Amino acid sequence: MRFMVITKATAESEAGVLPATEDFETAGKFIEELVDAGVLLAAEGISPSGDGARIYFDGEKTTVVDGPFTETKELVAGFFLVEMKSLEECVEWFKRYPFARLGAGEPTNVEIRRVFQAEDFGENFTPEQQAAVEDRERRAKAAGNS
Amino acid sequence: MATDTHRAIEAVWRIESPRLIAGLTRLVRDVGMAEELAQDALVAALEQWPAEGVPRNPGAWLMTTAKRRAIDQIRRNETYRRKVEEVGRDLEESTPDIGAMVAEDDGIGDDLLRLVFVACHPVLSTEARTALTLRLFGGLTTDEIARAFLVPETTVAQRIVRAKKTLANARVPFEVPQGEELAARLSSVLEVVYLIFNEGYSATAGDDWMRPALCEDALRLGRILARLAPREPEVHGLVALMEIQASRTGARTGPGGEPILLADQNRARWDQLLIRRGLTALERAEAVLDARPGPYVLQAAIAACHARARRFEDTDWARIARLYEQLAATRPSPVVELNRAVALSMAFGPAAGLALLDQLLAFPALQSYHLLPSVRGDLLTKLDRYAEARVEFERAASLTRNERERALLLDRAAACSSRGLKPGAA
Repeated sequence: MRFMVITKATAESEAGVLPATEDFETAGKFIEELVDAGVLLAAEGISPSGDGARIYFDGEKTTVVDGPFTETKELVAGFFLVEMKSLEECVEWFKRYPFARLGAGEPTNVEIRRVFQAEDFGENFTPEQQAAVEDRERRAKAAGNS
Repeated sequence: MATDTHRAIEAVWRIESPRLIAGLTRLVRDVGMAEELAQDALVAALEQWPAEGVPRNPGAWLMTTAKRRAIDQIRRNETYRRKVEEVGRDLEESTPDIGAMVAEDDGIGDDLLRLVFVACHPVLSTEARTALTLRLFGGLTTDEIARAFLVPETTVAQRIVRAKKTLANARVPFEVPQGEELAARLSSVLEVVYLIFNEGYSATAGDDWMRPALCEDALRLGRILARLAPREPEVHGLVALMEIQASRTGARTGPGGEPILLADQNRARWDQLLIRRGLTALERAEAVLDARPGPYVLQAAIAACHARARRFEDTDWARIARLYEQLAATRPSPVVELNRAVALSMAFGPAAGLALLDQLLAFPALQSYHLLPSVRGDLLTKLDRYAEARVEFERAASLTRNERERALLLDRAAACSSRGLKPGAA
């Protein structure tokens, strides 16, 4: 099973304070462990919401709002993509994430969500839709090559 | 609540048991005893954690508990040994300094690597190696292994017990072999991992959820191995091969569970993340390659050719044919030759493939292999030689043991008859 572990923004991360050398060291050790265990597929950090934008949809109308956004705790600051046997295993792994030692000790949380894989879509994803996806990818690729 | 703790303990066990067993094996020099000590620690956890909660560092807790028991046992053996000596007999083995052994806590990676080499030792049968590796590294129970391999649980349990006894009797050293022996032993390790992967990948037998999970276990094992032995190109080659093959999982079967051939797969369903990881692993293999590539690197390179082609028509068949040629030179096999013939025909036309196939007819091993006449029939059809093609398809139909395939081959034979009768078609 594949899981996405979403790390949340803090006041510091939103203020654009980059992790200190020791923090890289601490987090790096944990990530190293995930790699050693063969379970890490990807891991990325995301820059503050001030660098981003949101597009609001309301019927036909779209509104673009530039960041930063409020509700810091709801914002995504990074993610891990891991392969685990179960949700429990993922929980046990990430209980070890050294949050307490990172940042200014501000309370935070990580959210664990299972990632759908092709086989999870089942029959609702029709062969015609599959063909359409394939065709789109082909055209996107052709556009990228020219 | 209690069940939640039990599930947590199960998860901790899966994460911690390989390192635990590896560390304990270094201490007691006996895989069987190490596993028993680890299991004892697990039992202690099951007794204490539901009441006291899961400790902050569960791995360290388990290791401390297990080591205490290990030291008790070593001491008991030590007392026994002294008593024996008093009676005037000597024991060939000396017990090393306990304190030094417990203090020596680093080099966990080395311990794991040593444990893989022990679990995959040639004194064991292939089945025993596979079961032991899954048990020690995958953290799988005998019941789970039995379900995965569709054999009775008692069989697996016996295999594991016998394997541990064999290892103890053979006094298999707890070490990574060096020099020439390394290559030979490493191939046994890789074989076991790939066997586990294929057991899950060649699916379609039953709807047991354990089988695809076996692929994940094998991939995980492979990735661990690659971290442990980064200088071995074949390890990266095997990982690359498995990542790329696993990337096709979602496209390999239709809604009814029927297999879909590579040419007909919806490539949008291929997992691009696994493909990228596979291609990266292949690059790593090529970076540490100092001699001719081995069979896993070559097979991974072939898989990579398919993975890079967004459409079947984009496949670089000339390169695949070259790679099969190298593979045939490294590990000659009629099946590899057959694949090479297919690649040749795709790259340079049906006549080129047919020329190689005709040479293959001499192989006794291929006399009753239904794919040979089936592929010949296919190439002959492309050359408009329908009468000969029909004979091949009929022969293939008589050789296959799969009913669905037989029906398909007979259909193709019948189609040849009608094509052959058309004026001007010959």
